[in-house]
Amino acid sequence: MRSVLPILTVVMAILALWYGAAVMLNRQWTLDQAARAGQDLTIAQIVADTMAQDRPKLPAPHQVGAELWNTTGAMVLEGRAFTRRSLIWHGWVTLSATLVGFGIGTGLGILLAVGIVHNRAMDMSVMPWAIASQTIPILAIAPMIIVVLNSVGISGLLPKAIISAYLSFFPVVVGMVAGLRSPDRMQLDLLRTYSASPSQAFWKLRWPSSMPYLFTSLKVGMAASLVGAIVGELPTGAVRGLGARLLAGSYYGQTVQIWSALFAAAILAATLVGIIGLIQRITLKRMGMAR
Amino acid sequence: MAGPVARPGKGTIVKSAVIKADHLDLVFQTNDGPVHALSDVSLSIEKGEFVSFIGPSGCGKTTFLRCVAALEHPTGGSLSVNGMTPDAARQARSYGYVFQAAGLYPWRTIAKNIKLPLEIMGFPRAEQEERVARVLELVDLKGFGNKYPWQLSGGMQQRASIARALAFDADILLMDEPFGALDEIVRDHLNEQLLALWARTGKTCLFVTHSIPEAVYLSTRIVVMSPRPGRITDVIESPLPKDRPLDIRDTAQFLEVAHRVREGLRAGHAYDD
Ligand SMILES: Nc1ncnc2c1ncn2[C@@H]1O[C@H](COP(=O)(O)OP(=O)(O)OP(=O)(O)O)[C@@H](O)[C@H]1O
Ligand SMILES: [Mg+2]
Repeated sequence: MRSVLPILTVVMAILALWYGAAVMLNRQWTLDQAARAGQDLTIAQIVADTMAQDRPKLPAPHQVGAELWNTTGAMVLEGRAFTRRSLIWHGWVTLSATLVGFGIGTGLGILLAVGIVHNRAMDMSVMPWAIASQTIPILAIAPMIIVVLNSVGISGLLPKAIISAYLSFFPVVVGMVAGLRSPDRMQLDLLRTYSASPSQAFWKLRWPSSMPYLFTSLKVGMAASLVGAIVGELPTGAVRGLGARLLAGSYYGQTVQIWSALFAAAILAATLVGIIGLIQRITLKRMGMAR
Repeated sequence: MAGPVARPGKGTIVKSAVIKADHLDLVFQTNDGPVHALSDVSLSIEKGEFVSFIGPSGCGKTTFLRCVAALEHPTGGSLSVNGMTPDAARQARSYGYVFQAAGLYPWRTIAKNIKLPLEIMGFPRAEQEERVARVLELVDLKGFGNKYPWQLSGGMQQRASIARALAFDADILLMDEPFGALDEIVRDHLNEQLLALWARTGKTCLFVTHSIPEAVYLSTRIVVMSPRPGRITDVIESPLPKDRPLDIRDTAQFLEVAHRVREGLRAGHAYDD
């Protein structure tokens, strides 16, 4: 409860800054319009107008809020939650690609980490490639993946999921290699005194030791997956998904739509990461590792 | 086995050595050149003995124990454990190893931690429970089986790790400074308990320590070592009776043995400059 006040203060400060910035950025357009019409505006009129423009440079918070409500809650009330005008539908399109990509990326990341930890050749060869893969800008590689897969008849969810996986496997590899290597020499020696097999050492020591690392990587990987799915939606001709909303918004100068899509993406990311955090808490508690 | 260990001779039974090291050598190849961790170490330990290893840091105490446990392999000489090679002895579950840190898994309860070697060695489930209950009682931790390690004090954690080493009935106990990280009062208490445990189980104990009183209080024999190269400089038989209350440490006999150990350590150091 004590944390509510500081959080509220920060939120208020951000909103105040935002309104201030909206007035500053949108003022010029208001003044230009007034000059053209030969009107003289009072300060109050200027401020009011900067917050009610159709295509503001920076929409005010309440405009974004209203747009978000109109494209989600209001649509649900009308029973049109899964139509093209609904952000819920676009969000779901992005979410499904994100989750599939996250699943593939996590699985691949864990497998690679297990290989790296147990096999010297993989240790030497995989990591440099994994690092190199992340230095290529995803914006450059995403259209290629989409085009190549399209040419072999694969379109829709899978290409986006692959871009998601491409971004999300990396934090999982890095985190899991660190996690699987976290047991110290003494703990590994103890298992050697029992003549434990490598697979026993893995399941009894390495895997449980890596759990805190796994969840941290999953959070990073989930956020990366969402970015991947959104980026994957940009070159598809902007028809479906949050990425499509972003792109369509910028085609037509619909800043309010862009910002509401951005917020929808942020809320989605926060929710997904929050869910992983919850699973982490429950798992570590059940393992007796949370105090 | 009160008094000095019986020497072979008329009327004494010659026991077979549980651990027999013959001119043992171990050289680590490091980036700064070879390190002579063990040099010409010959030692024979009989069943039921409690042998302490004492000496300055780097004299090879840990290395010797690790050789017995087949965690290191000597570069020269021969070493047998229970009449087998160290590797075969490990397969035969001849020893339990206690490290300086308890090293309990934080995600397992105490009982489950003790079960770890039993699971790995494939003991039947019912027998696992039975053994856990037995060793918990042996180290005075009855009723703590369902606690997690962080809920126990350092001394209790170390007792749990000893229980873990005892769980599979190895007849040799290798302990590398098991109480090194604990305070003096807890250490006294654990020493007393360890001695009682040794008397009850008749295990052969190899015990590394930096403390002269600890070595004298616990041991039937004290091996004094010296570094660069790591070697044995003195072996002292303890004349103390097997039954040793804590206040035996104030007797003249005890102080006399402690004095001899100190002399041995000093002699070893004379090689230093
Ligand atoms: N794996 C290793 N590689 C290289 N050198 C080693 C290795 N293990 C031990 N040594 C060296 O061998 C020598 C003996 O080490 P050891 O750990 O046996 O000493 P110790 O008597 O147990 O010392 P301490 O009282 O500090 O525990 C030291 O000089 C140490 O640096
Ligand atoms: Mg040591």
